[in-house]
Amino acid sequence: MVQFSSQHVDTSFAALSDATRRGVLERLAREDASITELADTFHMTLTGMKKHVSVLEHAGLVVTEKVGRVRTCRLGVDRLEQEAAWIERYRQLWAARFDELDNVVEELKQKETADGRHKR
Amino acid sequence: MAATRDETVAANDTRTDRRSERELVVTRVFDGPARIVFEAWTTPELLMRWWAPKSFGITFLSCDADVRPGGTYKFVFAHPESGQPMAFVGRYIEVEPHARLVWTNEESDDGAVTTVTFEERDGKTHLTLRDLYPSKEALDEALASGSVSAYPEQFDELDALLKTLDQA
Repeated sequence: MVQFSSQHVDTSFAALSDATRRGVLERLAREDASITELADTFHMTLTGMKKHVSVLEHAGLVVTEKVGRVRTCRLGVDRLEQEAAWIERYRQLWAARFDELDNVVEELKQKETADGRHKR
Repeated sequence: MAATRDETVAANDTRTDRRSERELVVTRVFDGPARIVFEAWTTPELLMRWWAPKSFGITFLSCDADVRPGGTYKFVFAHPESGQPMAFVGRYIEVEPHARLVWTNEESDDGAVTTVTFEERDGKTHLTLRDLYPSKEALDEALASGSVSAYPEQFDELDALLKTLDQA
């Protein structure tokens, strides 16, 4: 359903619409960080940062893991990108098949033309 | 001949789209009438020449296809990285010459129903292939496992790609 796809897009866009959250992604692109470290970097309360991270996590842009009392954040593979990569694989298979099918079609066309000439 | 080929490369783009939660759609234009393209989809000797592309490293071992409503098919492939041959089986549900083919994919309980339509315009065939899965979960699973592209071994490449996306 279109609704399904646009929902994904909306979640990602909403996650990226905030400057702090974009900053968090840039920060995590350099290296993993705990929520406390992120809160310090962006001069925010722990609670405020937790909310931002939760939005990013929901959009699949960030993955978090709690070890002991520390929750570490790292970049996640976005679901849209993941699905796009899978569908690209599927497209490549069909594209490869169809390139070979082109040859078969061309050959059958030539054969038909030759047979037509032969009958006349 | 070479010039014609170049023109058709642009026109013959293979497009894929997740049209809904449960379906994948592939479209392509072929430079030939529908009766010829249909023949290539329904004649086992011809199917064997294109269904297992060389660039994917797979070879056909056998291809049985009884192309009529209710008729069954069985495609068996070999892949250098897979010890066992892989068999793909199902039944043809609709066979409308030069226009429409519908078949089931019965390797698993969650297989898709595939519909292919052949529309001829100005001597070219506009082909649409639709894989409709029983549920969103079935399609998600097929995508994730690689079974839609039939060859899970190829997913090493995808894993590498996902890693680069991850780092991007």
